[in-house]
Amino acid sequence: MAISDGQIFDEPHGIPLRVTLMRAERRHRVKALILVLPLAFFILIFFVLPIARMLVNAVHDDTLLTLLPRTISELRQWDGNGLPDEPVYAALVVDLKQTIDQGTAGVIGKRMNYEIAGVVSKVTSSARKAQELSTGPYKEALIKIDALWARHDVWSLLKRGTSPYTFYYLLRAADYQYGPNSEIVASSPGNAIFQDVWLRTFGISFGVTLATLLLGFPVAYLLATLQPKHANLLLIMVLLPFWTSLLVRTTAWVVLLQRHGAVNEILVASHMISQPAELIYNRFGTLVAMSHIQLPFTLLPIYSVMKTISPSYIRAAQSLGAGPFYAFWKVYFPQTLSGVAAGCLLTFILCLGYYITPALVGGPSDQMVSFFVAHYTNEDLNWGMASALGAILLTATLTLYFVFNKLVGINRIKLG
Amino acid sequence: MALSLYASPLERSWYYLHRVLCGGVFIFLVAPTLVIIPLSFNSEPFFTFPMPGLSLRWYEELFLTDRWVGSFYNSIFVAVMVTLLSTVLGTLAALGLSRPKFPWRTAVMSLLISPMVVPVVITAVGIYFFYADARLLNTFTGLILAHTTLATPFVVITVTATLIGFDHSLTRAAASLGAPPVTSFFKITLPLVLPGMISGALFAFITSFDEVVVALFITSANQRTLPKAMFSGINQEISPTITAAATVLTLFAIVMLTTVELLRRRSERLRGSRKAAAVV
Repeated sequence: MAISDGQIFDEPHGIPLRVTLMRAERRHRVKALILVLPLAFFILIFFVLPIARMLVNAVHDDTLLTLLPRTISELRQWDGNGLPDEPVYAALVVDLKQTIDQGTAGVIGKRMNYEIAGVVSKVTSSARKAQELSTGPYKEALIKIDALWARHDVWSLLKRGTSPYTFYYLLRAADYQYGPNSEIVASSPGNAIFQDVWLRTFGISFGVTLATLLLGFPVAYLLATLQPKHANLLLIMVLLPFWTSLLVRTTAWVVLLQRHGAVNEILVASHMISQPAELIYNRFGTLVAMSHIQLPFTLLPIYSVMKTISPSYIRAAQSLGAGPFYAFWKVYFPQTLSGVAAGCLLTFILCLGYYITPALVGGPSDQMVSFFVAHYTNEDLNWGMASALGAILLTATLTLYFVFNKLVGINRIKLG
Repeated sequence: MALSLYASPLERSWYYLHRVLCGGVFIFLVAPTLVIIPLSFNSEPFFTFPMPGLSLRWYEELFLTDRWVGSFYNSIFVAVMVTLLSTVLGTLAALGLSRPKFPWRTAVMSLLISPMVVPVVITAVGIYFFYADARLLNTFTGLILAHTTLATPFVVITVTATLIGFDHSLTRAAASLGAPPVTSFFKITLPLVLPGMISGALFAFITSFDEVVVALFITSANQRTLPKAMFSGINQEISPTITAAATVLTLFAIVMLTTVELLRRRSERLRGSRKAAAVV
């Protein structure tokens, strides 16, 4: 039987059935694609693109290149030893004169100030005084205006400006910076805050994950083993905070944990403490409020796994002579591990990005990375720094999600 | 999980300890929300019990001051627009994704739900830079579009979930009986995915209605939303009006939760009855 199906069921107009079917299938596929396209484009333009741009911002900075074009172009020939020669200084004077017209001296000063503290006013005053220079030699004249221009590290910094890309922001985000000879050195103690911030971010996330696991596991076990009628009622108590606005819950904790809030009053009234304790605007308040918000996220995956565990396993273990605790530990607990991993990983990932809650119930030393991202974007207007911190946070989050997806499958995320 | 009659004393005490611990956790979960409700009726601007008297003055302030009423309207307006946009976009995408033999389904799905995965601060910064160029900063359009990216993943997920059991032969049957695609969509597909759509729409609404981080980044006082007003209410002075706002939002949440739960049950029942019909 060497005749294929296509040859048997020929259509009247001579097109084999196989081809017609393939065409129909392709048409269906195209139709499906067309349905998805509007949202895909929307997400690409309003979400993926902006984030990609932010990632570029983390390493792209052409401030010096565009605002001091002549100087930077002359600096390309400089070998980086000692001080550059007269042509570079002459170019700098021309560039500085132009900054006054364009009003960009402050921008240059600010950019240089990131790497060498305290140079803003020196740059702007140099730009002002350079207006009066008309004849060379410019090298001595500029150095006379400000000793800044006789500093090797300043010129190294300008030399680095020849490339529109810089690792400065990423290095700073890990407490490193460029030294006087453009080598990588540890940040000065005053600037070295970020290792602490990262450690704190991961530490708080870990603490919250642990707390929610310890509180959530017994409750998940109770819900999974109760009669469905009662369990559903209790489940609503778990879901209600899940649905209430994050701000409402944070507000509630602010109100409860205040110096004269309900918790302190109860503790004082019951003579457990003699004076109101500091429960808020510190690490304790942050951990409590965040654990409260994250508890359902840890609890629900554990619960949904526990619900699938048949009670006959435990009974079998006990009938074989295992004590109740031994049976629980050896037979029941290992089966819950996939849920535990899913819940904990989810909570940990979500905690890494927390901003609002620590900002409202934490003290200055409880702020996590997101706070600094927001601070650099809105207050300091140091967009490179905000982007670098954001890029690292994003990488960490996506890596963990990748693990989560391998372990659990992102499609299994269910709502409500 | 009833305690067996022959449980040892150790088991017995462990059993009660577990119950007490769970009770504590439930109090921890619910108490903060419940404490704030009575406090919103306090006649004095304090957050302490016992309350000296009851009054509705904070509700009066919430519903009669321009600052709060304005932000309330802004929030509703933005959330309604976001709900419409994201429900349409999300449902269409979910319908496409659920067709059999959709190419690169996992990759496309990951793309579509990625706004749920990325920390919201990062989204906010990215959108802030983007809007600074696109001149969308401090506009309602900008806020609505930004919230829509955050809200659509919920619609995609809920609608896809209702489509998991979707029997594609139903639409094929309709087509073979002569129904044009539009008719079969409105008569067959839509009624079946409607519960998912409504749940998704509610999620989208609440996502936008609660969202504060993006709003803080990309809007000015003219587009102040309720969460933004609450944020500054907690951050600067703790005005008791926020307890009234919190109570209103909690009631909102309860209504939403009930609706979604009822819809889920209905959908489950329908699916169950369909299974039963198939058996018959």
